[in-house]
Amino acid sequence: MSRMLHAIAGPRVPAEELRSRPWRYALPALALSAARVAILVSIFLPYWTMVLEAPQYPDGLHVQAYVNHLTGDVGEIDGLNHYIGMRPLEDAAQFERSISVYLLIAVVLLVEGAMHIHSKWAVLLVVPVIVFPPFFLIDLHLWLDHFGNNLDPAAPLSNAIKPFTPPVLGTGVIGQFKTHASAGPGLWLAVTASACSIAGLVLHRRAFKPLFDRMRAGERSQPAARGDGGEPAPGAAS
Amino acid sequence: MSVRHAMLLLLAGGLGALASCGPQASGPTGANPTRPASQTTGGGNGAGGNARLAAVAQQRNLTPDDLVAAAMTYTPSGRHDEYIQFASGGHSGQVFVIGVPSMRILRTIGVFTPEPWQGYGYGVGNDILAQGRVNGRDVLWGDTHHPALSETRGDYDGQFLFINDKANARVAVIDLRDYETRQILKNPLSLSDHGGTFVTPNTEWVIEGGQYSTPLGMAYAPISEYEESYRGMVTFWKFDRNAGRLDPDRSFAMELPPYWQDLFDAGKGPSEGWIFGNSINTEMATGGIEQGNPPFEAGVSRRDMDYLHVINLVKAAELAAAGRTVEINGFDVLPLETAVAEGVLYFIPEPKSPHGVDVAPSGEFIVVSGKLDPHVTVYSFAKIQQVIASGQYDTDQFGVPILDYDACVEAQVEVGLGPLHTQFDHQGYAYTSLFLEPAVARWTLGGASGSLNPEPDWTLVGKTSVHYNIGHLAVAEGDTVSPDGNYLIAMNKWSIDRFMPTGPLLPQNFQLIDISGTGERMPLLYDMPMGIGEPHYAQIIRADKLHPWTVYPEVGWNPHEGRVEVGAPSVGRERIERHGNEVHVYMTVVRSHFNPEHVEVNQGDRVIWHLTNIERALDASHGFCIPTYNINASLEAGEYARIEFDADVPGVFPFYCTEFCSALHLEMMGYLLVKPSDQAAVEAPEPIQPES
Repeated sequence: MSRMLHAIAGPRVPAEELRSRPWRYALPALALSAARVAILVSIFLPYWTMVLEAPQYPDGLHVQAYVNHLTGDVGEIDGLNHYIGMRPLEDAAQFERSISVYLLIAVVLLVEGAMHIHSKWAVLLVVPVIVFPPFFLIDLHLWLDHFGNNLDPAAPLSNAIKPFTPPVLGTGVIGQFKTHASAGPGLWLAVTASACSIAGLVLHRRAFKPLFDRMRAGERSQPAARGDGGEPAPGAAS
Repeated sequence: MSVRHAMLLLLAGGLGALASCGPQASGPTGANPTRPASQTTGGGNGAGGNARLAAVAQQRNLTPDDLVAAAMTYTPSGRHDEYIQFASGGHSGQVFVIGVPSMRILRTIGVFTPEPWQGYGYGVGNDILAQGRVNGRDVLWGDTHHPALSETRGDYDGQFLFINDKANARVAVIDLRDYETRQILKNPLSLSDHGGTFVTPNTEWVIEGGQYSTPLGMAYAPISEYEESYRGMVTFWKFDRNAGRLDPDRSFAMELPPYWQDLFDAGKGPSEGWIFGNSINTEMATGGIEQGNPPFEAGVSRRDMDYLHVINLVKAAELAAAGRTVEINGFDVLPLETAVAEGVLYFIPEPKSPHGVDVAPSGEFIVVSGKLDPHVTVYSFAKIQQVIASGQYDTDQFGVPILDYDACVEAQVEVGLGPLHTQFDHQGYAYTSLFLEPAVARWTLGGASGSLNPEPDWTLVGKTSVHYNIGHLAVAEGDTVSPDGNYLIAMNKWSIDRFMPTGPLLPQNFQLIDISGTGERMPLLYDMPMGIGEPHYAQIIRADKLHPWTVYPEVGWNPHEGRVEVGAPSVGRERIERHGNEVHVYMTVVRSHFNPEHVEVNQGDRVIWHLTNIERALDASHGFCIPTYNINASLEAGEYARIEFDADVPGVFPFYCTEFCSALHLEMMGYLLVKPSDQAAVEAPEPIQPES
């Protein structure tokens, strides 16, 4: 068991090696740290914004979606949406919003963990941060689709507005409103975190794969030492 | 290139084109042979644009000056005015809010008169109007005369507006956060005020001077006892800025001789703490044309001089605080004797039948116009103080010191016939309305302002004719310590031929005059008909000093208390509660429904209807009316209102939103069902049989 954990954790960097090539080992940690910071900061910034334009609203109506709450002209937009029978925006993604902060902290902790794992298993821990932005957009799209296509048939204007799917990004038209949906700074930070993480993994592979391979080679030359035949980490780290 | 530059270039081109065909363009039917027809169909820029402008000018018979005036006043859609004018509404009992230079009415403010659009006095605001009851009676109109913007260090601060009702001696406070009347006070002493409202430089006091003398305290005395029993007065209302209210308990009045005090103004700068007023009936004429006596118009104008009143307000307030007052009709009054004995009140002769008394921006001078004398008379505050200090003066029959006229006068300027009121600009000019000519005269001040213009001090510089019979005039911030100048509005009483006649009752005429230049030139820019009352005075404030709410700060806001109403109806808490015969309705209001929509009560119930407009959007106002019950409210975004009435008439009453709020506005209604106390009547009436 401990051998397996040892295999997953990967080799430690010999002190002399670290001294001779500090950047080689610092860079993956830096990239993954940047990803962690970006995700943490993104919690405080809007991930998605929508602007509704109509002649009656010279300044437009604005709504900002954070990972855990909505701000902006939510009341006014809900007021307008009641005419077409759309449910209040606050009803959407309640579960996602309730867990989002914990989820992102967990994601950050996983990345933290990945920094200490010098094998290809680090990839698994970094996958959540990489896929978070598309996950967010897909979830949002599903909610928009659900809201737009489940309008209350008893609403005042239910027969004037056909069910529709508001675009998750880009421009749409509904009644006299033109809608512009775009990614907010939070989502851009999450994308940055994604990119940093991918870069971090590449750097990680460059730094630790040679060490790992050397460790594996060392183990093969001492087959007697292998007791339980536990699954060692595969040689190629992705 | 900005739109403004483009327009100026276009205009310049147009003016050139016009100039080339003479000063007077031919009329709409007079074709100009020198102009090719193609020029009139040009595009929107360059020579084509000039041609279009020239064509329009020709067609509409506009001179180059007309085009300049149009360009100086035309305010394109969406652009805001530089100044806001608050004009008294005269008989309307209201205040009008007007943009300058566009001269567009932005809104009216109901003050002494119920006003249905803003839902004032039809269920909401009735308590404010009730504060203005006179001798126990509702008086639901007012003759509003002189609006006064609140001041800080002698400059408009844009927070409050005060206004008087001359007909019943009342003053009102308007809160400029929502342009609504907060308070009305009935003066307990008098039934007539003209000299209000004016404020001291930090709005510590709001001045209300009486006019037609009566026995103080609204008491009775025969007119044969005029000199003994009839009295003039000036009231100093203490303003509590934090509360946004005048405080009658800390206010007081001064007893004055029955001289028909007219207008007042507060000193500023060196004269701060002093108050100046004038009077028109030092003759103490009592009329009686039907008995062969000289009518008032003659009796009141007999003497060559009336009295400028000079009042030491600081000292008067000290005496009032020290309890040197007597109580008349529950109000503290500083007796005339005390005022004289303590050196609080002085008179200075002033030319015949004065109408204006205006303190110059520097506070050094007081300008008085005797409307039957062609001069403005300028008194020096410093000289007045010297004469007071000398202790050399006569007294009138009430013992009031009369200071020597010549010793107090700084200058006289012959401005023209029928001078009334004076305001000031930033270039050291004073502007006086000339009722009889009728015109506006520009003349130069001396003293600290003397060096601001090229002309010699105390000289008439120029005049602009107005149409017709000007009363007050208003210069932008023209009665503050730092006037803006730029625009002057002549408030003309007669319009005669200026507009299409509207039956025999013709509108008043506000004329906008450009006073931004120097010297003689003061071109007329615009005529604004005023067909909703006779405004007397107005003040013009820089628009950027006003910061009104665009929606109430929080949902459930009670404007009259200035806070969120505890228990205001809110979403999910709508209900109807019955406590004995009292029914409380808690209703939310939003596009496009009321909640609840069915309200059932019994005949004879006392209904207390609480409403909250839960909207937060700009301009999302809703109305609320109930037929038969004379109820109509206007609920602005966030506003809470409470309406009480006795459901004494049985029946079915559709209530609805009276403000076209949305596409489904017509559907925004509900039913009030008042069940008759006579149960037999509850049975459904016989269905109507169609005629065969």
